[in-house]
Amino acid sequence: MAPEEIRQAIIEILEDIAPDEDLSNLDDSVSFREQMELDSMDFLDIVMELRKRYRVQVPEEDYPQLASMDSTVKYLEPKMVNVAV
Amino acid sequence: MSQPVFNALPESQRIVITGIGLTAPNGNSLGEFRAALLEGRSGVQPYEIRYFGKTIAGICNFEVTRHQSKKDARRGTRAGSIGIYCANEALQSSGIDWENTDKTRVGVYIGVTEHGNVETETEIYNIKQFDYDTKYWTHHHNPRTVANNPAGEIALNMGVTGPHYTIGAACAAGNAGIVQAVQMLRLGEVDLAFAGGVSESIHTFGIFAGFASQGALATHEDPTKASRPFDKQRNGIVVAEGGCVYVLERLDDARRRGASIIAEIVGYAINTDATDFVLPNAERQAQCMQMALQRAGLAPEQIDIVSTHATGTPNGDSLECAAIREVFDHSEKTWINNAKSFIGHSMGAAGALELAGNLPAFQDRVVHPTINLDELDPDCALRGLVYGQPREVADVTYILNNSFGMLGINSALIVKRFS
Repeated sequence: MAPEEIRQAIIEILEDIAPDEDLSNLDDSVSFREQMELDSMDFLDIVMELRKRYRVQVPEEDYPQLASMDSTVKYLEPKMVNVAV
Repeated sequence: MSQPVFNALPESQRIVITGIGLTAPNGNSLGEFRAALLEGRSGVQPYEIRYFGKTIAGICNFEVTRHQSKKDARRGTRAGSIGIYCANEALQSSGIDWENTDKTRVGVYIGVTEHGNVETETEIYNIKQFDYDTKYWTHHHNPRTVANNPAGEIALNMGVTGPHYTIGAACAAGNAGIVQAVQMLRLGEVDLAFAGGVSESIHTFGIFAGFASQGALATHEDPTKASRPFDKQRNGIVVAEGGCVYVLERLDDARRRGASIIAEIVGYAINTDATDFVLPNAERQAQCMQMALQRAGLAPEQIDIVSTHATGTPNGDSLECAAIREVFDHSEKTWINNAKSFIGHSMGAAGALELAGNLPAFQDRVVHPTINLDELDPDCALRGLVYGQPREVADVTYILNNSFGMLGINSALIVKRFS
């Protein structure tokens, strides 16, 4: 997956776990938590969905990497380079 | 005839209903539900569930997002969503100034037949596609399956910080939830209670398969005719979902805020058969009704409507009818009906919902019928059984509501028109 495709994959996950949020104006450089109502259980949902949909494992010590869209895409790029779209 | 016991109580010990919220397979408000009961409209439909396949069920279509965010609905359980809808609707109908209510003095007491089966089955189904690797098991499993979940979701949604818990009482749970609230209000533990019962049972294949294996699951080519208590051709239970939550208060508090009082709870009893896992015991059921009457200080002939528990199983209906005959056979003005014939068996919600369907009779003096009774089983012949068509009667002052469950739990609740 290319960075733009990873971003789209994250958007799809966020649409499922935060269905009340409008994601069209998401600022990729700002943390998710500052823009959306997300708690620790929601972050676990992001991790679980990455595991289920793309078989990507995110170890607990790497959770801070998922703070914003930019940091998430950057973190996932090497892990998802071989994931087919 | 002696003075009814509840009349002798101070108003701080008398408990009244001041709000009702419900969802039934044939209505999402008391008005809709009552209209369906008077028009003979069933809520049973064709249904399909994984592993078990095609069957029938009572299915609710209330608007989940009226009182709950999509995110919370996804994160929680169907029982939680049902409870949240019913509790919010009950609050609205009560006219309580919620913003200025002390939430530490509010209790949530919700009856459930079972809880956690739906969520556990779903999760096992989900990890099957990952070869049962438990790394894919959801972190939402425990908060969804703890036994207090439906009551806890209501409290979370409404900001209630007083006590909340569920009352596990098989299919007597709807009545048991109300009884718990009455006791807690009388003890002064809370000033306001949301109480009743909920059921998400149609979403577990296990309940269908279990009843089928037991020979107790109803089948009929026309789903709307499958739930047929007291009929010779009855062949079992139609599983339904649903919920009904009441706002309960002490009479003095209700008067102080100028509440519109719907009914007073004047008697109740819960007892146990201690004879079988599944088979009911008519003698204990009769004792339960008699105990409720005694506590209310009422004679059987003062009861205007008996709302039966009957689920449409051959054995269960006959035994309840024997119990009712024992208590009410000489009560010439007592009418008897059944709501499961319309909606199926809404399990933990049944007691609370079936009571609600009869409450408008205090005003309109109409006893809703039992439907699908084409050929009366002689074992179920009861004096005063209303079936086919609603019946206008001279007066409705007292209603006795039966609700029984597995492991031999019996409950009877008596409510009075408030005047």
